[in-house]
Amino acid sequence: MAVWLARASHLARRAAARVPPLLRPRHGDPRPWFLGSPPPVLGSPAAVEGGLRGFCSVRRFAGESGSAAVAAAADDEEPETGLTAGDQAVDFPGGKVSFVAEMNFIPESQRERINCYRVLDDDGRTISGSRFQEVSKEVALKMYSDMVTLQIMDTIFYEAQRQGRISFYLTSNGEEAINIASAAALTIDDIVLPQYREPGVLLWRGFTLQEFANQCFGNKLDYGKGRQMPIHYGSNRLNYFTVSSPIATQIPHAVGAAYSLKMDKKDACAITYFGDGGTSEGDFHAALNFAAVLEAPVIFFCRNNGWAISTPTAEQFRSDGAVIRGQAYGIRSIRVDGNDALAVYSAVHAAREMAVSEGRPILVEALTYRVGHHSTSDDSTKYRPVDEIEHWRTARDPISRYRKWVQRNGWWSDAEESELRSKVRQELLQAIQIAERAPKPPLSELFTDVYDQIPSNLHEQEQMLRDMVKKHPADYPTDVPV
Amino acid sequence: MAAAAATASSLHGVGAAAAAKPRSAAPAARRSVRVAAAGSSRGRLVARNAVAAKADEAAAAAGSKSGGHEVLMFEALREALIEEMNLDPTVCVMGEDVGHYGGSYKVTKGLADMFGDLRVLDTPIAENSFTGMGVGAAMKGLRPVVEGMNMGFLLLAYNQISNNCGMLHYTSGGQFKIPIVIRGPGGVGRQLGAEHSQRLESYFQSIPGLQMVACSTPYNAKGLMKAAIRSENPVVLFEHVLLYNLKEKIPDEEYICCLEEAEMVRPGEHVTILTYSRMRYHVMQAAKTLVNKGYDPEVIDIRSLKPFDLHTIGNSIKKTHRVLIVEECMRTGGIGASLRSAIIDNFWDYLDAPIMCLSSQDVPTPYAATLEDATVVQPAQIVAAVEQICQ
Repeated sequence: MAVWLARASHLARRAAARVPPLLRPRHGDPRPWFLGSPPPVLGSPAAVEGGLRGFCSVRRFAGESGSAAVAAAADDEEPETGLTAGDQAVDFPGGKVSFVAEMNFIPESQRERINCYRVLDDDGRTISGSRFQEVSKEVALKMYSDMVTLQIMDTIFYEAQRQGRISFYLTSNGEEAINIASAAALTIDDIVLPQYREPGVLLWRGFTLQEFANQCFGNKLDYGKGRQMPIHYGSNRLNYFTVSSPIATQIPHAVGAAYSLKMDKKDACAITYFGDGGTSEGDFHAALNFAAVLEAPVIFFCRNNGWAISTPTAEQFRSDGAVIRGQAYGIRSIRVDGNDALAVYSAVHAAREMAVSEGRPILVEALTYRVGHHSTSDDSTKYRPVDEIEHWRTARDPISRYRKWVQRNGWWSDAEESELRSKVRQELLQAIQIAERAPKPPLSELFTDVYDQIPSNLHEQEQMLRDMVKKHPADYPTDVPV
Repeated sequence: MAAAAATASSLHGVGAAAAAKPRSAAPAARRSVRVAAAGSSRGRLVARNAVAAKADEAAAAAGSKSGGHEVLMFEALREALIEEMNLDPTVCVMGEDVGHYGGSYKVTKGLADMFGDLRVLDTPIAENSFTGMGVGAAMKGLRPVVEGMNMGFLLLAYNQISNNCGMLHYTSGGQFKIPIVIRGPGGVGRQLGAEHSQRLESYFQSIPGLQMVACSTPYNAKGLMKAAIRSENPVVLFEHVLLYNLKEKIPDEEYICCLEEAEMVRPGEHVTILTYSRMRYHVMQAAKTLVNKGYDPEVIDIRSLKPFDLHTIGNSIKKTHRVLIVEECMRTGGIGASLRSAIIDNFWDYLDAPIMCLSSQDVPTPYAATLEDATVVQPAQIVAAVEQICQ
């Protein structure tokens, strides 16, 4: 018991040390520009006066006359701020808590939704007064050309699936800015744990179109050795953990990876991506909680694209999106316009800096829209209006918006645009041809990598299979090497 | 304990060297220890043959040159953890109450003071998530030892264990490995109720990519823990709630046990009794009665639940031609069911009688002591079964 109490007060001291002081002067503010004003400490006079009282309905028990009289008496003697003379803060597990005589329920939602950080307006002009992380021309152009490449890649692979050349595909239409700009703000040492709609991060890091095609065709050059369905890319060389289909399982992995980085004291963070749907999984909540307790350097990046297959966000949660949940776990969070490449770049850049230098998790919610269907197995016109999709595909397209900004800087021209597009298209079509013709992985790769070395029972099974193929060659495809 | 002696003595020379090497040379030392254990040409698997000499009653580690020291099983597990954590800085422990509290069964007692809060991590209550965290850390290069407070709670971690632990090495094409150890107490205890008395080894046995071992003595507990930590594959180590206070003398020098190897507990001629974990003790108790009645049972603690050590088991069956499996797992779909099937596939011609399998009842473990006793296999049943097989 004594040990527990000692720990509790120790934890309380640490927690108290972490809360930024309320009344630090703004001038000569050592805090980085992106941190904004310090959060109010709950229970402070400022917070109470500021409108919390007026905001929520205070319920008085309509009871017998006795209690009504007591309530009336309490009414009279209460000062305006809501704090009574007897207020004191008392130690409970977790720290000091102020008492209050008013029974106030924290409302289920704040009066206003959390604001969304944005740099470029819909027309690609920087909003006056916006603050953002500058990008060099080189980085800006790489960002743009990778966004275009991602878009073309999605179009062509999707078509290939429709033609029956690959079995499955999943596009990132509408989320190109999220993919590329977030990747651009990271370093190659940062560990990426994707959900499945983030191939752009791999693209940014140098995964070639041929490598993408090899995985989609599951040929013997696929780094996954043909074991996963298309779009389940992975590359240990590029620090991109192999995609695993179940939703949100990668979120606790990210905490583990960040924990490992922390133990090694590396100048790197982990970043994990997931959609609005993924925030409903238990793994999301526990991982955020863990990361906060562990003080792990991890960025939780939520791509709130409005839809989880056919489930709209209104049916996914009742909170103000994902960003509002960060504070519940003690995590610094930001909401950003996911279709604004510069805003995403700035936010992730800042998040990374905080994660690495302060050893803390950050939650980034990027608001965007899933322009494409969930995957090639889905027809989203069944559950959402076509004009909604068209609106986001055209008027809110992140690529054209960013292009306008790049072109206005004099860094890009229409001629270069068509040249890029046709070059990428050519390259991709060729890569697909090559990938399609390449042989599939041999049967011997069916049993390897289950363990680090093949155990005897799997050896046996492999032998039985080979014997079967040898005995009945007509029943087995001739183009699969044995 | 004869097989244990053989293993210990064969490792004696190498073990001392391994213990003495500095941290930076640890991988090389580890490899040489493993090669010594894998003496025969079959490489990693099923290396040491069981020694045919009759086991004596004494539980002393006969191969120990320096006398050995007595430990309780939870201390043996702790010793293994401490040794491995000293040898390799990437080994870390995570679980509920493993840090300052020292673990619910004291396996990690004192480790947090020795290695710090980060390497002996207290986690919030979210089994799926700290197991997932262990997977992520392992993929990044650490060697986590994840403790489930009770194996039953690891059902909450089943998603991460099955979908990721077992799979990611394969689906990533070998790019990422997951050298994680998942351990915890399971089995039927003394009136701990249904949720805390689970026998769920079989729930995990189909998962491709996993290895499973069950320890039963302080000696093999320490050896298996060390081997599991050093393994590149995910290993689930099943401990038993009632065995943590077993006392035994174990060698002072370093040793590991082979993960895939079964342990010859008592050589015999009449019947092969295959068992693991706590049931080993019920079997040995029944063996006393059987010996008095004139039977000569051969008792093998299979230890490796996935994969089965069919080499040792097969040699035994070829000798006795009769098999009795005694397990704590459920009858339906239990370890015994798979073992029976594997024996039939491989050793059908050597059997003179149908394989008998004694398992626990297909019921959630009841709380009342009498009912609880009736749920698991008791020595009297084992004696009766042997008599039936051998008639």
